[in-house]
Amino acid sequence: MNSDIVLDAKGLACPMPIVKTRKAMNDLQTGQVLEIHVTDKGAKADLAAWSKSGGHELVEMAEENDILKFWIRKG
Amino acid sequence: MAFKQMTAAEVSKKVINKTDLFILDVRNESDFNDWKIEGRNFEFLNIPYFDLLDGVEEILGQLPDNKEILVVCAKEGSSVMVAEMLSEAGLDVFYLKGGMKAWSEHLEPVRIGELTNGAEIHQFVRLGKGCLSYMVVSNGEAAVIDSTRMIDAYLDFADDIGVKVTHVLDTHLHADHISGGRRIAEVTNAAYWLPPKDAAEVTFEYQPLESGKVITIGHTAIDIQALYSPGHTIGSTSFVVDQKYLLSGDILFIDSIGRPDLAGLAEDWVGDLRETLYTRYKELSDELIVLPSHFMIIDELNEDGSVAKKLGTLFAENHGLNIADETEFRGLVTGNLPPQPNAYQEIRETNMGKIEPDVEKQREMEIGPNRCAVR
Repeated sequence: MNSDIVLDAKGLACPMPIVKTRKAMNDLQTGQVLEIHVTDKGAKADLAAWSKSGGHELVEMAEENDILKFWIRKG
Repeated sequence: MAFKQMTAAEVSKKVINKTDLFILDVRNESDFNDWKIEGRNFEFLNIPYFDLLDGVEEILGQLPDNKEILVVCAKEGSSVMVAEMLSEAGLDVFYLKGGMKAWSEHLEPVRIGELTNGAEIHQFVRLGKGCLSYMVVSNGEAAVIDSTRMIDAYLDFADDIGVKVTHVLDTHLHADHISGGRRIAEVTNAAYWLPPKDAAEVTFEYQPLESGKVITIGHTAIDIQALYSPGHTIGSTSFVVDQKYLLSGDILFIDSIGRPDLAGLAEDWVGDLRETLYTRYKELSDELIVLPSHFMIIDELNEDGSVAKKLGTLFAENHGLNIADETEFRGLVTGNLPPQPNAYQEIRETNMGKIEPDVEKQREMEIGPNRCAVR
């Protein structure tokens, strides 16, 4: 799906994927979509929970060759 | 103020000694609710680390000033971040070294007791996952039973006390954790014994462990007698050690009984489970001390951290052994089953040798509680 910014957080361990995601999100307007690539498996549940608590929408999630991809719409 | 690390071994001592500890668990809410460190006198606060990125000021009022505070996360990274923030805010705190990953892997050896002629039996308590494994030591030789995949814990222990592992046994094909049995056998050239009915699909050589089989450890003849006791799996086999201890595998626990559905349908094996618990075990001496392969709740631990109780006491106190009505029993073990252990099918395939996931993947497969029991 389409995204406005792509954040490469591959190879980063917790808490960095969320720290970076949060920072990138600050540069977006409401309704825009951030695409995130991570390799830390723990990010799966954490990004979903973080989106929810921050009022964002986790639109889609995919897994390709050990890379987890997330699309989050800013709320 | 400072922040320091606390190891899983140090936390284990606090669990066993029932010490006070305040745990700030910074994992997400669902992971925390699914599985956490348990201790009689532990207090908990769960605030995900991603809610603390702006600062910890808002939670300072919820933290005690008269107790040790331990910050816990999945793998350590986030707990270090939060511990550092708390120390900058003026608190003395600890973080759990290696996080829940290390907690899940820690084994605490507890000496259970002496056998004939100076032989001994030791229990390895995996507090983080509720798994119990054993080492029977006699006259320079040892048998390891229901080992976890952290095989160095057993090999180092055997080295320290100067014994050689000659036999490795599993009571059944495990579905909640990856057995280290095959690897210990490879490293030490020990024989690896498995119940043949659970081993029908395994891809490696093993010795068939059948009812009536007696395995002798050391010259002083410490006997391990196999007793076919199906119900948790079709092959489940219990061991009577030195006519004193009953290693009940995942059939009978201290405060619960085994679930019959992890390798098939509950209906298939509920009859076997009933017969094992209500007939086969009834014929054994009440004086046998039951040593199970799991515990479910921390209250099942004895004062010294061991998990053990007389069979006679369990027949009096364990609810699962006291359901006279067979239909009611069937209802209990087929109706209200807890969720299955994480990745239990993959774990079974790994234990059969069908797949060989790397260590990182194995860790991930084992995350969470064991969930082998019904109450």
